[in-house]
Amino acid sequence: MKTRAVVSLSRRDLLKAGGALVVTFPFAPMLFAQSRQAQPGPPDANSIDSWIAIHSDNTATIYIGFAELGQGCSTALLQFAAEELDMDMQQLRTVGLDTHVTPNQGGTYSSSAMRRGGPQVQRAAAEARQALLSMAAEQLAEPVENLSVDKGVVFIRGSNNPALRYGDLVGDRQFNITFTGSAPLKDPASYRVVASPLPRHDIPLKAKGTYPYMQHQRLPGMLHGRIVRPPGQSAYRHGIQLVSLDESSIDGIDARAVVKGNFVGVVAQREWDAVRAAAVLQVEWDLPATLPGNDNLFSRMQAAPTNDRIARDEGDVSLFDTAAVKSVFSATGPYQAHVPFAPNCALADVTENSALVLCSTQDVYGTRNNIAGLLGLEPAQVRVQYHEGAGTFGHSCWDDVAQAAAVMSQHVGAPVRVQFMRADEHGWDTYGPAHIGRMQASADAQGKLLTYEYEGWQHHWSLVDTTLQTANGVAASEWPAMAAQQINPLVLGGMYNIPNIKLLNHHVDGLDYLKGAWLRSPLDLSFTFVSEQCIDDLAWQLGQDPCEFRRRNIRDDRWLGVLDAAAQAAGWQSGPAAANLNNDDIVRGRGIGLGTHLASWGGAVADIEVNKRTGQVRILHLYGAIDAGLTVNPSNVENQITGQLVQTASRMLLEEVLFDQYSVTSTDWNSYPILRIMDCPQITPVIVQRKNEPPMGAGEEVMAAAAAAIANAFFDATGKRMTMYPFTPARVLQALA
Amino acid sequence: MAQQQAFILNGVETAVASEADTPLLYVLSDELALQGPRFGCGLAQCGSCSVLLDGVEVRACVTPLSAVLGRDVRTLEGLPSLYAETAGLDEVPEYTPLQTAIIEEQAIQCGYCYNGMIIKATELLNNNPSPTEAEVRAALNGHLCRCGTYPGLIRAVLKAAGSGGELA
Ligand code: FES
Ligand code: FES
Repeated sequence: MKTRAVVSLSRRDLLKAGGALVVTFPFAPMLFAQSRQAQPGPPDANSIDSWIAIHSDNTATIYIGFAELGQGCSTALLQFAAEELDMDMQQLRTVGLDTHVTPNQGGTYSSSAMRRGGPQVQRAAAEARQALLSMAAEQLAEPVENLSVDKGVVFIRGSNNPALRYGDLVGDRQFNITFTGSAPLKDPASYRVVASPLPRHDIPLKAKGTYPYMQHQRLPGMLHGRIVRPPGQSAYRHGIQLVSLDESSIDGIDARAVVKGNFVGVVAQREWDAVRAAAVLQVEWDLPATLPGNDNLFSRMQAAPTNDRIARDEGDVSLFDTAAVKSVFSATGPYQAHVPFAPNCALADVTENSALVLCSTQDVYGTRNNIAGLLGLEPAQVRVQYHEGAGTFGHSCWDDVAQAAAVMSQHVGAPVRVQFMRADEHGWDTYGPAHIGRMQASADAQGKLLTYEYEGWQHHWSLVDTTLQTANGVAASEWPAMAAQQINPLVLGGMYNIPNIKLLNHHVDGLDYLKGAWLRSPLDLSFTFVSEQCIDDLAWQLGQDPCEFRRRNIRDDRWLGVLDAAAQAAGWQSGPAAANLNNDDIVRGRGIGLGTHLASWGGAVADIEVNKRTGQVRILHLYGAIDAGLTVNPSNVENQITGQLVQTASRMLLEEVLFDQYSVTSTDWNSYPILRIMDCPQITPVIVQRKNEPPMGAGEEVMAAAAAAIANAFFDATGKRMTMYPFTPARVLQALA
Repeated sequence: MAQQQAFILNGVETAVASEADTPLLYVLSDELALQGPRFGCGLAQCGSCSVLLDGVEVRACVTPLSAVLGRDVRTLEGLPSLYAETAGLDEVPEYTPLQTAIIEEQAIQCGYCYNGMIIKATELLNNNPSPTEAEVRAALNGHLCRCGTYPGLIRAVLKAAGSGGELA
């Protein structure tokens, strides 16, 4: 039997389970200690020394190639290391991501830190422990089986006297052994550190205000830079076309303009001078009508020639024609922005044959290649360091700002710090792309799904950032096809047993639209907004409870686990949707949904309230369950679920990038609002813990389920379906009319 | 060089050289190298740059230096000493009870917005030591959090106020 422990941790349980949450973390100040010789990386991934250093004071440094994005992954990855090394968390530290120091584990994408990084760190630690024990066995002339380790201290079995310490064996010297990945791992049943809700080591510093964010980094002799662009982007292909610039317009300010191709910036000794100069510099841009505007977006996308690909094709979907119950449903999802709370910032120091770049990239090695190409340097001449900024949730403007700093530093021959202003980040983001979904599905009279057909239209992500495009004249182009930018078979019907299914992807060429990139749970909210509403509609037509209908068609235990966990947490009452419609102005509804991203399992329930007179929607309560296999740090994951649910509420109610034919007009928090604390729903995060399954992502996998639950709750409350989000009052009133 | 100008920063008379029209935010983060108040929008929309000016939360990104001369400016860095003063403690603690509650609740994700959150919640608790959940929400409504940490923040503020830390 598979384990299915539904753990709903209340705050109080957490406190008990984790023991006293410590208020100080003794090693936190050393978080960013760079304790070994820096040289152009990546360090050899086949050497244990690239991953772990044991110090003479019996502490260890773990070199981790993943970015701490405020999701707590650096704490969770250290938990793996502590477990396998038999050391305490207090004995471990990690270092900041740096192409001269840390291994190349690929970018911190797709909730990869735990899924890819967890096993790597775990195996490296197990291998180091094995090596340490065989050294100890030799020194003590005892067989390895007679040795045990506690907090990095080796004991001979039967004796309570410490025999020696890890630090005595290799203290600050190299292991010089190959990482084979063959050392045996601990039995999950014996975990002491992994799967515990340990407090995150970055939080005390963040509460105190001493955490060193990217925005706080400075270099001696540094100038302040700002970019100068139209307030919002035009079509990606158009980029920026500079017509003329009048430098005398900033004569009264101690600042100067930096122009390279169509790239314009200003630099100044003092930050306020740079801000003022960027604001008053007279620049004329060529701004033709290159965009469809929000009103014509979807008609243009649907009329565009497309590159088509069948993502899944099984059985015979024409059985739809003769099915007992049918549903046809089309809907759209808007462009949405990352808009980190603080705009991106970068600091570059470029010389003739070297570049040092500090920025908030999710992928230091990827950014190194970009910068090298931009500056005409070799990758090994470029050093990129990661410093945490505000939570980014995908590809916001970190590459663009790093390139802008590098271009300006190369131009003026001094280190330059560039802070994007609010409009730079809002207006020049690589947005989560808009989507059109068209679906038809059917079931038999008993409520077994029979057919499922889905067609989706969207463009890909932008490959060339605006600085590279404008400064070097590199043409706009899109990323090649990859899973997360196309229709997703896991989310589109993947949770159900469906004998006849066909998924068709229409790739729209993105060059005549806004810039695009991955935004937390890319496209999935739009997918489930269509798919899970269509499934819900079948249940409703059959007069069946939507949760029961899903259970009947569920594919496996993992999906069932999250469905039941969310339903149970919400106290789901069985019955068909929209059974209590009435004429009150203010009505309530409850909905359920399933969804994920590229791995893991998510289920959600939403309670909402609709004001039929004003069109105002309030989300009252969201329940979200994630099965991410082994949950390494339940407290982190609970926080991640909370953040995902709040962000989903924001994305479903408020978020839409606005643009006319000329440019984006969402350039600040008024023109692109996000959810405020007054409107924040009650949140119930639920973890489905599976200690014997590999760890997966938990940073984005319940959003699609929650989006669907909200949409289905709207139907339950009103008997009407929304076909566009966000649920603005105007759209709601139109749907109800 | 601008003429000598000064204000009280976290209880200490502090002279600065920035031009009088410079927004206080750049004086604090560049000339004085403080890390509490930080840039978020420059438009008074987000609360990232908040400080207490004579005990009242203001947005340092739109407050010129000239407006604070001779006045009392309190940043995140100065909250433990302010707490020690008001609570009559002999020693300045490392954290205020609010900061401790935030850590205990593990409320923070990226934490960038927490300068403003802590400044604003401190102002609230100074004026209203035992706020209701609705009052906490109303007070903090002008402060954004992109990471969606509002639920933990509300728990922490209520906990610091002695209200038990449970949502109503
Ligand atoms: S930076 Fe001052 S309110 Fe946003
Ligand atoms: S914790 Fe990241 S913006 Fe609030």
